Amino acid sequence: MSEIGALIEAALPGAVVDEIEHRGELTIEIEPGKLREVAAYVKAPPLAFALLSGVTCADFPDEPGRFRVAYHVFSLETAGRLRLRAWAGALDPELPSVASVWATANWHEREVFDMFGVRFTDHPDLTRILMPLDWDGHPLRRDYPLGGEEVIFSDEV
Amino acid sequence: MAEPRTGTPPAETERVIAEAEAFTPAEALARVREAEVRDADRPGHREAMTINLGPQHPSTHGVLRLITQLDGEIVREIHPVIGYLHTGIEKQCENKTFWQAITLVTRMDYLSPFFNIHAYTLAVEKLLDLEVPPRAQYLRVIMSELNRISSHLVWLGTSGLELGAITIFFYSYREREKALDLFEMIAGERMNSRYFQVGGCSDDMPPGFETRLRAFLDEMPARIDEYEDLLSKNPIWLERTKGVGVLPAEQLIDLGVTGPALRAAGVDLDLRKRTPYSSYEHFDFQVPLGTSGDAYDRYLLRMREMRESVKIVEQALDGLPEGPHIADDRKVVLPPRSELATSMESLIHHFKLVTEGFAVPEGEAYVSVESPRGELGCYVVSDGGPKPYRCHMRDPSFVNLQALRPMAKGAYLADLIVMIGSLDGVMGGVDR
Repeated sequence: MSEIGALIEAALPGAVVDEIEHRGELTIEIEPGKLREVAAYVKAPPLAFALLSGVTCADFPDEPGRFRVAYHVFSLETAGRLRLRAWAGALDPELPSVASVWATANWHEREVFDMFGVRFTDHPDLTRILMPLDWDGHPLRRDYPLGGEEVIFSDEV
Repeated sequence: MAEPRTGTPPAETERVIAEAEAFTPAEALARVREAEVRDADRPGHREAMTINLGPQHPSTHGVLRLITQLDGEIVREIHPVIGYLHTGIEKQCENKTFWQAITLVTRMDYLSPFFNIHAYTLAVEKLLDLEVPPRAQYLRVIMSELNRISSHLVWLGTSGLELGAITIFFYSYREREKALDLFEMIAGERMNSRYFQVGGCSDDMPPGFETRLRAFLDEMPARIDEYEDLLSKNPIWLERTKGVGVLPAEQLIDLGVTGPALRAAGVDLDLRKRTPYSSYEHFDFQVPLGTSGDAYDRYLLRMREMRESVKIVEQALDGLPEGPHIADDRKVVLPPRSELATSMESLIHHFKLVTEGFAVPEGEAYVSVESPRGELGCYVVSDGGPKPYRCHMRDPSFVNLQALRPMAKGAYLADLIVMIGSLDGVMGGVDR
């Protein structure tokens, strides 16, 4: 286990599910229920990943967890990067929001909600951000077709 | 920041009296309600006014819509509404091969196409574990820095125009034209170029390019002096930009703000220095920093960044290594055009690459570059096939726009326009 993974595991036992190092990038998979605690831990010293670059998601329909949400964090002190990952679940995708830890997560999580339908609990304003508010479905899911959407004319709205 | 209006509203006085006189909380509440109703009928009564700014507004840098709550001229609350330019590029990328997706990602932030493809190609190259030849890296640096200059020039022209400075718009677009001419010469396109390929650049510099580029570089510092003569000590410009849009550095970091907006607040975060890519570590350049973090500092910082970019391009031209402009991996890179008529093998490779694309090993990669607006990150997931399983862009315009709300609260409406301008958001990047 890497130094960072060991630190997280020591501070929050049971939080680290898995660890992958690929092409020089460290990915730590987090137990979904402990996500917010882990986020608060990596933001504070000694790890000090103060900047959350982004939150994004990928859809794996055949996996039991289905929605794999990735958090890219950056340390201003060491210029190191880390990816935290958590699976949101297939039927009722849900993860704790980290917007209370990094304010920037607000819009990123709204985007993931909009595009994938992952709900973030305790998010201050979980609404669609890029798609119209009355849009049906979540476009970046793998089972959402490309093209063929209904055309809405202004006199029908 | 503007002071809120002073003076006690008439109902406030009555509220104090009502609360003091009432025997029960319910009675106090009833009397306060009564006082509020009377207050609404009083002459000179104020209430917050909600107005809609945009999405079609000349000063919102594209289709940004802001629902603003105003108390007179003071902004009490803003609610940015985005998505008007959403074209589903990330979804389309999943249905194109890796090399076709280059054409799509350049169209995200349309003022910095070279940065979009730079981040994307670096991410794909990382997954492929592909080495990019030194000459291609230098060519990438040259084009990226030229793009930084052209992007800052658009920012300068439009931001000036919004504040009524019309001359600066013509001045900056004059030089931007020349930068676009250089893009056209080397890549064939003035905007939305796909000059960077996975493995390098699509072609070497054409004959005559270096001469024109050097002429541009020689001219540019004097031109930047000209812009600064127009604005840096202009009383109207100072009045409009000094002290506007300030947030503490810690809050900016918390909001994920990067690029000139963060560096103007004194935080030394430039990915070209902190996590060098494409041999940026070979070049000697300064990272300009501000002190107060207001719109004026951001302006000065962008001016200095353009000067630094000129220096970087000069160094890259002087030290341009000899060698190929693209990697020699026929499974990934298109064979040279000249070979297609003579080599059967090249023809097969060409056909396979164009029809099927190349497979990228399973995995995920996140690579970020320092775009004119901040950290532009590209997250690519591959399932081992020829198409990106997921391609996400962390666009600095999208992230930085979140800072507008805390910035604007309590400020004058006219300053809101300066703040939008000084954050330099490009709606193509925000909405993707």
